[in-house]
Amino acid sequence: MQRDFRGLNFDWITIALFLLLVGFGWLNIMSASHTGEIVSYFDMNHPYGKQSVFIIFTFVLIILILALDAKFYERFTSVIYFLSIVSLLGLFLFGKNVNGALGWYGIGGMTLQPSEFAKFATSLAVAKYISDLQTNMKTFKDQVKAAGIIVLPAIIIVLQNDTGSALVYVAFFFVFYREGLQQIYLVVAVFLVLLAVLALKFNVVVAVLVAGLLIFGHHFFGQKKRPQIIQPIAILLVCMAVSFGIKYFYNNILQFHQKDRISLWLRLENDPQKLHELKQTILYNLHESEKAISSGGLTGKGFMQGTRTTGKFVPEQHTDYIFSTVGEEWGFLGSALVVLLFVALLLRILYLAELQKSQFSRVYGYCVASILFFHFLINIGMVMGLIPTIGIPLPFFSYGGSALWAFTILLFIFVKLDSNRINEW
Amino acid sequence: MRKLLLLSIITVVGLVFIARLFYLQVYNEDPYSLLDDNAIRKVRDYPKRGYIYDRNGKLLVANQPSYDVMFIPREVKSLDTLEFCNLLKITKEDFINFYNKAYRYSPRLPSVFIPQLSRMEYAVLQEKIRKYEGFYIQKRSLRDYQTTIGANVLGDIGEVNNYIIENDPYYKSGDLIGKQGVELSYEEELRGVKGIKFIQKDRFNRDIGAYKDGIYDTLPEPGKDITITIDSKLQEYGELLMRHKHGGIIAIEPSSGEILAMVSAPSYNPNLLVGRQRSRNFTKLYNDTIAKPLFDRSLKAQYPPGSPFKVISALIGLQEKVVTTQDQFSCRHGYYLGSRRLTGCHSHVSPLSMNQGIAQSCNAYFVNVYRRIIDKYDKPAEGMDVWSNHVKSFGLGDYLGYDLKIGNKGRVPDGAFYDKWYGKNRWSSTYNISNSIGQGEVETTPIQLANMVAAISNRGFYYTPHIIKNIEGAEIDEKYTTPNYTTIDKEHFEPVVQGMFDVYNGGTAYSLRVPGIDICGKTGTAENFMRIDGKRTQLTDHSIFVAFAPKDNPKIAIAVFVENGYWGSRFAGRIASLMIEKYIRGEITMTAMENWILTHSLENEYAKPYSGKEFGINRQSALQVIEKITRDTIVNPESTRTSSFNLQ
Repeated sequence: MQRDFRGLNFDWITIALFLLLVGFGWLNIMSASHTGEIVSYFDMNHPYGKQSVFIIFTFVLIILILALDAKFYERFTSVIYFLSIVSLLGLFLFGKNVNGALGWYGIGGMTLQPSEFAKFATSLAVAKYISDLQTNMKTFKDQVKAAGIIVLPAIIIVLQNDTGSALVYVAFFFVFYREGLQQIYLVVAVFLVLLAVLALKFNVVVAVLVAGLLIFGHHFFGQKKRPQIIQPIAILLVCMAVSFGIKYFYNNILQFHQKDRISLWLRLENDPQKLHELKQTILYNLHESEKAISSGGLTGKGFMQGTRTTGKFVPEQHTDYIFSTVGEEWGFLGSALVVLLFVALLLRILYLAELQKSQFSRVYGYCVASILFFHFLINIGMVMGLIPTIGIPLPFFSYGGSALWAFTILLFIFVKLDSNRINEW
Repeated sequence: MRKLLLLSIITVVGLVFIARLFYLQVYNEDPYSLLDDNAIRKVRDYPKRGYIYDRNGKLLVANQPSYDVMFIPREVKSLDTLEFCNLLKITKEDFINFYNKAYRYSPRLPSVFIPQLSRMEYAVLQEKIRKYEGFYIQKRSLRDYQTTIGANVLGDIGEVNNYIIENDPYYKSGDLIGKQGVELSYEEELRGVKGIKFIQKDRFNRDIGAYKDGIYDTLPEPGKDITITIDSKLQEYGELLMRHKHGGIIAIEPSSGEILAMVSAPSYNPNLLVGRQRSRNFTKLYNDTIAKPLFDRSLKAQYPPGSPFKVISALIGLQEKVVTTQDQFSCRHGYYLGSRRLTGCHSHVSPLSMNQGIAQSCNAYFVNVYRRIIDKYDKPAEGMDVWSNHVKSFGLGDYLGYDLKIGNKGRVPDGAFYDKWYGKNRWSSTYNISNSIGQGEVETTPIQLANMVAAISNRGFYYTPHIIKNIEGAEIDEKYTTPNYTTIDKEHFEPVVQGMFDVYNGGTAYSLRVPGIDICGKTGTAENFMRIDGKRTQLTDHSIFVAFAPKDNPKIAIAVFVENGYWGSRFAGRIASLMIEKYIRGEITMTAMENWILTHSLENEYAKPYSGKEFGINRQSALQVIEKITRDTIVNPESTRTSSFNLQ
């Protein structure tokens, strides 16, 4: 591939996709948050006005990131990671509580959410650790160390009661897997999810029965020459313990709102009184957002013409539920386009990551793709009622300075690294 | 291979999302409509309902504003409750009750606090309502009857029921719709078309402004004023004459089919069914199963027509050429088959020809004619069918097709009817000779009878009776301006009309003549029965009278039915003569006759079957004399109903 050597050899496709998403996001934020006439696009009394300012500042950030030397990021990874952990810990002392989560610093009139920035810091750290010549992801010791890098910020964030943001760190699983994590982990992970769903939806007995069938099936009809009996039974016993553990965890450890979301998703609630209560709260949001999307039809009601958006029927629509605005005002064509833009961006990043010559760049690229994908999956899945409610933003789209900047930094460090790959050896 | 995991998951998730979007937005979708969007409040703008005028341009029904005090519970701020309660004339307990009830319904939505204030109450409140936050006044429109008559003609409006709401998308809960009479028949013309305003709501159901600056809003289209064919003076006079009697009067203008008067007695004041008292009064009227004031006797009551039907027998006889005007039949106080008397008759000259047959209302004469008609054909059923078709051509035996929504078919038997009853060909004309004199199986409603007379007065055709004269800027239905011809040739009518003229000049209605007006008429007396304690009991005969005047170029055809009035000329005949004079002359010279009607009541007669005691009929019943009814008693809305019913 022919690239310009004089410094502007960035991947313009990625940048174009980024600009499209940010621009379209801004239009939808405007639609979801305006009240009456729009006096100025920079009206700081409304979210869309603030978002305009955030976007302008984003361009400053992009120029800064691209201006710095590509080696800077690899070299200062430890510092960045350390600062990020400190900023998370600092929340315990100086943090501001918003909606029950201790996740924000108040600086003047602005708020900053360090957990958003921790994502790129952790990504850098993971990339740095894995690309170290002494690291071998196939060994258990290094796997534990790598896991330590992501678990540390995740635990701090959970303690600050922002489980949604912490869940994003699960995305690093894809990175580890790409870099050598054994297949068995994948199998176990899938198995655990299956067990959890079965145990909650039906009961432990059903879960263990299904697990038993799968395990014995695998052992007796698999390619092994000598069927063993001890191993499958041991695994089954573990399954049983895990199932009980999940049940216990669900019943005793999860907070009420988390439990409700899961029970709603799996349709566990049968008590009409309780169901009615849920309908007024969590289900209300979900119901309204689904309804807004459905009412869009094929072509939508038109920009700023959505009746449910204008009527503010979907709470938090300009932040986590922004996709419902797209659904209502731009219809199937518009929302499918947004999904395609995201898929294109993610695949482009993966494609570029695989092209990298340095392992650091490749791992980092994978981190970027994984994190963005996880947000995309959970946010849009939630808005359309496919997965339980988890409040995390849609990258580049949702309203909010911290998230926009953090995702921009995350992406553009990779753009910078990628532009430098021709110089790598 | 490890490279492919994330790649394939991303692709799969992308596809799943698009599939889900497709399901939600394209596959699963009813076409989006602004009207069904519950994010948009639809405020309907009600047009003025059309006025109703009588044929002389007198305003009968207008509108009156009515004011509801509305409120939104959670917007109510602390207020001077005592002063507010005094203004509305309620107690503090009422206030608390209303408030709590509405709050339980919804704290955010408007509820009615006090419905339908009068204009006076409104005037006082209007200036002060601003002081009470959360309260406001909503204007609605009610009917304002400029008259106390014609309840059965004008009808009333009331809230639509669920059945209508489900079947007609125009109507929404709380809308008013015509329920009876003209209000029902001409609902679409009178109501106009509602305007609609689309207002954007937020999720708390509060208004946040016009949707898209109101580009989809429409203005209401006012209802059309209509003129009806009723002559309100004649209608009022008819209702006055029918006080303390049960029955109906229909007067038709033969040259056009316009209904001049349509009286059903007992009636009620239409103002009773307006506003706050409507449902209470309606229930009272509805539950009155003895007088049945809501039952329109002029359109729905089905009685044996009695002797007026004899003129039809005469006409068919002439048309079928089985009798000439000169043929004479003898009458020996009845018609005898061998030695068996099939029907009785009263004293008159005998033998007699057609003219005297009609004038003296001889039963035997018409039985002879009837038998000749039926026996002209080989089989009785064949003859019966011919007879039946002639009768039906006068608009009898089926719905007439007038523009009021209620009615009855009446009954005119044909050959198949008796074949079914007695077995095929197992009967003959002697089995049903009562048909010839309007008893037997023949039944008619007063409006059918009036229409029949109109057809005779026109010498062979009638216009479908109708109540609509003129709809602002629109032609009335062609159906009402096309003549319907009977199967009887024109030349056969003259002798029959002459016979009806002689009813007044020496016949059974001799005492009812009105000097200066050539009236043709026919008396009728119909036996009737009622089931009392499971026993078929005969009651005093119905008094029936049909007439038209003048003899040439008739202006009015009338049928009067007075239940249990005994013989034709006794009540019905007098009323018919008075109505005709009132209409043609515009004033009453027959004051003695008028006095007689206004001082005689039949309430006694109607009470008999419910007394639980044995009672005599016809000859054994005494006339009930009452204090003279005056017009004032009618004008006063409190006493428009007979004294036995006390309405508020």
